[in-house]
Amino acid sequence: MSAFDDLFRENILDHYRHPRHKGVLEAPDITYEDANPLCGDRIRMDLKVANGTIADIRFSGQGCSISQAAASMLCETVQGKSLEEVKRLGREDVLEMLGIELGPVRLKCGLLALKTLKAGVYGIHQWPGEDEGGEGGKT
Amino acid sequence: MAATGMAPPALPPLDSRAIRADFPIFSTARAKPLFYLDSAATSQKPEAVLQAMDRYYRGYNANIHRGVYGIAEEATAAYEDARRRVATFVNAGPREIVFTRNSTEAINLVAHAWGRVHVRAGDAILLTEMEHHSNLVPWQMLAQERGAELRFIPITGSGELDLEALPGLLGDGRVRLVGVVHISNVLGTINPVEEIARQARAAGAVTLVDASQSVPHCPVDLRALGVDFAAFTSHKMLGPTGIGCLYGRRALLEDMPPFLGGGEMIREVHLTRSEWNELPWKFEAGTMAIAEAVGLGAAVQYLETLGMERVFAHDRELADYTLDRLAEVPGLRVLGPPRGRRAGVVAFTLGDLHPHDIATVLDDEGVCVRAGHHCAMPLHDKLGVHASARASFHAYSLREEVDAMIRGLERARKLFAR
Repeated sequence: MSAFDDLFRENILDHYRHPRHKGVLEAPDITYEDANPLCGDRIRMDLKVANGTIADIRFSGQGCSISQAAASMLCETVQGKSLEEVKRLGREDVLEMLGIELGPVRLKCGLLALKTLKAGVYGIHQWPGEDEGGEGGKT
Repeated sequence: MAATGMAPPALPPLDSRAIRADFPIFSTARAKPLFYLDSAATSQKPEAVLQAMDRYYRGYNANIHRGVYGIAEEATAAYEDARRRVATFVNAGPREIVFTRNSTEAINLVAHAWGRVHVRAGDAILLTEMEHHSNLVPWQMLAQERGAELRFIPITGSGELDLEALPGLLGDGRVRLVGVVHISNVLGTINPVEEIARQARAAGAVTLVDASQSVPHCPVDLRALGVDFAAFTSHKMLGPTGIGCLYGRRALLEDMPPFLGGGEMIREVHLTRSEWNELPWKFEAGTMAIAEAVGLGAAVQYLETLGMERVFAHDRELADYTLDRLAEVPGLRVLGPPRGRRAGVVAFTLGDLHPHDIATVLDDEGVCVRAGHHCAMPLHDKLGVHASARASFHAYSLREEVDAMIRGLERARKLFAR
């Protein structure tokens, strides 16, 4: 399979065409918006939290198929999970959901949703796994 | 070399296929073909440039302006010869060409060394709505530091500067500097810099032109343009990365304090004070990018052999061809002026497809295009698009590369249909 076939596996295209949890929540307990300075893409995450558990989650914003599919898959994964579980999510988990390898530029597309989610929940503002070594980029 | 000899009165078009043979990247074995349509981001490098740099490192690597031994003299001569070549290429004096790291550093040099002396609270800096971040952010920083105001020449619906607004923007005499891009890296618009500089001068302002997309692609006569400063960069004009140029009118450069302090930029150093070196070395602190200067000199020589009129004609012919082919793609919107009023840059959007997705499909076809905001976020905001994809050309670019892009766009359109 070529890198291209990998990248646009039907799974990703399905989430891109039919995103789950897309939209905004009325009076969310947590809302956070972040952007990818490389391409200007933005994602906002709205959460309803009950007893330390994500009762409802929606994402909104714009982005490429990778960032939109990752957001959709991430929301599906964390719905009903405890905030403690969300805290343990890292970039490997997102890559596993997407099922693909990503180069340093597209990696930021894939991780924008997780970065936004974690920043909203815990005030963690660096890119997931950033301390493992940098992928810089031009803005 | 693909094209040689004296240019005849009627210039034959460039033979891009023959020129391509001068660029090793196109003959390097790879898994898929290379259709390189991103020369506005960086150009490819001809063998002559690579060899010139290699000869320096292998044959006469030494620091410049210091050693009195043979290879140091040789290196100094090669470095200064590159400066003279660049100066002649843009019709400037050699002392008016300062080597920097790139266009961005050249503009920052002016913002610091000229701006901090001449821009005060209540003054204004006039830019345009189509500036690259490199000719926007340094002025934002200066304006904030000095309490100065930023003004902008607006763009019209066709992506051209609205010059009718210029007299009003200059009218109160508070504008100290006008910063304008010569050729937009997104729209391909060729701006009337000569006219803008003329009006700026009459209003008591100096003009800085961002020539990053013009000097590499068309004949540029800085004296005829009447600008006070110009910035351009080697890596977009077939030369190496790591070196760029600031042009400054000699009288202005003479009056400016240095930008960076250190070795080479001084004449005399005492423990508590120093005297500055002459132009242009006053602005070249520390050991400069010597091999890169030598490479830039070779790039200029190569471009002169091609002839900049012919390079420009080739770029524009390919841009027209691209516009014709893009018109066949449903849902495609081209940004910028109509054909005939643009250079070799074509940015576009395709339906609601994200430019990253377009570029990824094109990459699978071996087609390299830029996707994103091209370091011009305010311009994209103004155009009402989030981001765009961009094809751009140089002397080695072929129609078949554009054809490959069109095939990829059809594939992307079908793949991402919702």
